[in-house]
Amino acid sequence: MWNSPSEFFAMGGYALYVWSSFGICALVLILEPLMVRARFKAIIRRLKQEQLAEQFDKEMSK
Amino acid sequence: MSQTNNFSNHRLVNWFKLSSPSAFYPLAGKLIPFFWVLTLVFGLAGLWVSFFVAPVDAVQGQGYRIIFIHVPASWMSMFIYLVMAAWAGLGLIFNTRLSAMMAQALAPIGAWMAFLSLWTGAFWGKPMWGAWWVWDARLTSELILLFLYLGFIALRASIDDPRRADKASAILALVGVVNVPIIYFSVKWWNTLHQGASVSLTKAPAMAQTMLWGMLLMALCLWMYSIAVTLMRVRAIILEREAHADWVRQSIEVKS
Repeated sequence: MWNSPSEFFAMGGYALYVWSSFGICALVLILEPLMVRARFKAIIRRLKQEQLAEQFDKEMSK
Repeated sequence: MSQTNNFSNHRLVNWFKLSSPSAFYPLAGKLIPFFWVLTLVFGLAGLWVSFFVAPVDAVQGQGYRIIFIHVPASWMSMFIYLVMAAWAGLGLIFNTRLSAMMAQALAPIGAWMAFLSLWTGAFWGKPMWGAWWVWDARLTSELILLFLYLGFIALRASIDDPRRADKASAILALVGVVNVPIIYFSVKWWNTLHQGASVSLTKAPAMAQTMLWGMLLMALCLWMYSIAVTLMRVRAIILEREAHADWVRQSIEVKS
């Protein structure tokens, strides 16, 4: 169907429209799970810090 | 009589056990990699069919290939809304925390799907209709869907007490359901610039088989993707909201 890579990327003259659509979709769909993972790591870090702080308080009050 | 009661009790116990965040959290963690693999498999197959198998369109040339992401994203934006409203409704009826958390976790990915549907639609409309945007029934109702998602997220964020936020946002989600059939049937009810449904359950599809396969594979990819991301997000939400429960403290145990 495609005779050369450049013909594929030209998309029959619709390159701007096709690649803008697929490009933004790829960008959003890749960034989204990375942002969720950052949020997950942040809450884990916060919970661990809280636990450490509590342990520290206990040891100090001994 | 006691036997039937026992039976139904058992079933209730099993269901409600899974509806507790502490039981769902590890289960979700185990399911996530599975759904990522499915996303990848369907995505690669779908993109391959979209770009290398499906033939060029007689009228729209290669520009029509936007359909392979536009239609699945639009389907998902509507479907996720229905699932979100169903979870929100369950949370309202049974007062289960996990249901509300699922609704909360679904809203952002649904909003992204609505955004992508509008974005890819604009980039398809420009070359074919000559306009990025028209106030057409289908486009306008899809824009309202995006605003419903954003309203749901904003309403939640504006209420400090999470349990009250659950209830208020659930009512918003349920009222908004009326918009989904409006989007779906908009091309029938009004004279729109947007074309009619590409795929119908009642009549043979008006397109090449391979195009249909491309769309279905991409839709499956986005479906699996949405489940994977929602499970990831619901785990973060569970930890945030149950931060001081004993099971969270035990599972996050700091090694010292």
